Amino acid sequence: MGEKTEIYSGIRQKTEALLKIKDMSLSFIQYTSGLRQTELKVISGLSMEAHKGEILAVVGSSGSGKSLLAHAILGILPSNAKLEGKMEYCACTLTQEKKEELRGKELALIPQSTTYLDPLMRISDQVIGSVEEENEGLRKKLQRKIFRKYDLKPEVERMFPHELSGGMTRRVLVSTAVISSAKLIIADEPTPGLDDKTLKETLSYFRDMANNGCAVILITHDIEAALKISDKIAIFYAGTILEVANVEDFKNDGEYLRHPYTRALWNALPQNKFQAIKGHQPMQDEVTDGCIFYERCSKKSEFCSKGFPNLKRVNGGLVRCNNVS
Amino acid sequence: MYLKGENISFGYKKDNLILKDVDIALESGEVLGLMGDSGSGKSTLCKILSGYVPNYQGTISIDGKKISSKGYNPVQLIFQHPEKAVNPKWKMKDILNEGYLVPQTILDSFGIKKSWLNRWPNELSGGELQRFALARALSPKTKFLIADEITTMVDAITQAQIWDIVLDIVEKLNIGVLVVSHDKTLINKLCYDVISLADINKV
Repeated sequence: MGEKTEIYSGIRQKTEALLKIKDMSLSFIQYTSGLRQTELKVISGLSMEAHKGEILAVVGSSGSGKSLLAHAILGILPSNAKLEGKMEYCACTLTQEKKEELRGKELALIPQSTTYLDPLMRISDQVIGSVEEENEGLRKKLQRKIFRKYDLKPEVERMFPHELSGGMTRRVLVSTAVISSAKLIIADEPTPGLDDKTLKETLSYFRDMANNGCAVILITHDIEAALKISDKIAIFYAGTILEVANVEDFKNDGEYLRHPYTRALWNALPQNKFQAIKGHQPMQDEVTDGCIFYERCSKKSEFCSKGFPNLKRVNGGLVRCNNVS
Repeated sequence: MYLKGENISFGYKKDNLILKDVDIALESGEVLGLMGDSGSGKSTLCKILSGYVPNYQGTISIDGKKISSKGYNPVQLIFQHPEKAVNPKWKMKDILNEGYLVPQTILDSFGIKKSWLNRWPNELSGGELQRFALARALSPKTKFLIADEITTMVDAITQAQIWDIVLDIVEKLNIGVLVVSHDKTLINKLCYDVISLADINKV
């Protein structure tokens, strides 16, 4: 029995983990001047699990590196990226070759925006993707079925991306993931700029996918949207996960939340206290020795300025903080 | 001082109007909310009010006078995506001081650090860029601020920080603000009064 099983055993575990990430770090090698190189660390010591039938929301502010997490899982990082740590999919190690083999089939990404669609390709061709001729009829039928389900009219098939509204584009992007019969779906910021009705609709698609047995990772900065449909919330800050909380923990003044940052995030919502805390998320090149949240923390002690706290289990969740027990 | 839009009509295509006979008024020091579904024309109305779209029908005026297309526009627009509103090939200090020399007091209230000024736009996050976009728009000549979903892309803490500062500054400078958002709870928190675009648009 390793430390890992012990840590995770306290979290609600209805199903087996489809994706396990242990101690992942990601850095970029950059040239500063001439041939001098520096390494810029963007993700460090990140551990998480995605389970079948569950939605895990990864919530963090812009610039925290959460999109890179998605790109790391799919193996679409740029060539100057250095990825370390362990990644397992269905209990097999997920190597770059394995990622390339699985993506588009078992791993699917629902990208951030409309710009990910090919502007010169008709919608149906993009959704169907490249298939062998004998399968084309079958895929076409499947695509029509999915479009009907998502309330996309038959004329949408022949349209080009610029003819779609924001909400329609969102549904098309969701269709591309559904048609691939993926088991692990990563949705990267699928909600900004959607009005209430379209937002609810989009979120319900993800719930549907999870209910059909997929593992869904929802990457977002919008904690309200995440709370509406997710099972667990991972709070991402400056390149790592500070807390994994259950959705039920977010209530009242946030007294059930484990990390001071999560509590501050909860209290900053307009429907709660609309209260801001001071300071900024540290930038990647601002290296800190101690806890990454030290500067802004209201509960910090001398001890926190040295060494980054380990992830530990508290009340059925995970937290990286010295001051919780 | 009043910013008034009267009988504003506009369509990107000739036979397809998205705004028709829209009347809207904003007073100095007022914080007014504007809501509407996506695609209903909110951003288009914002662009018209702040002079980005020239070929509309109707009149935009401040205290009855038309706004000159030359010189500093007293109506300043802040966009949803600050990374699209800055020149990627300029350093932040040049972007910041393009319109006027931003005083240290404003930089301090936005929490803009000295070290950020020497960075390129792609080295800052969306929330930080949005602070720059706001600081450079809040010159003494600005009388009205049009905030088009300015905190939709940032996290809740940054959102609360940004609005805290903006409300404080506009009160001091007696600037009128139009807050455009999908977020009803945010608008209710910020604004004295809310209008729905569907109610004033006669399309």
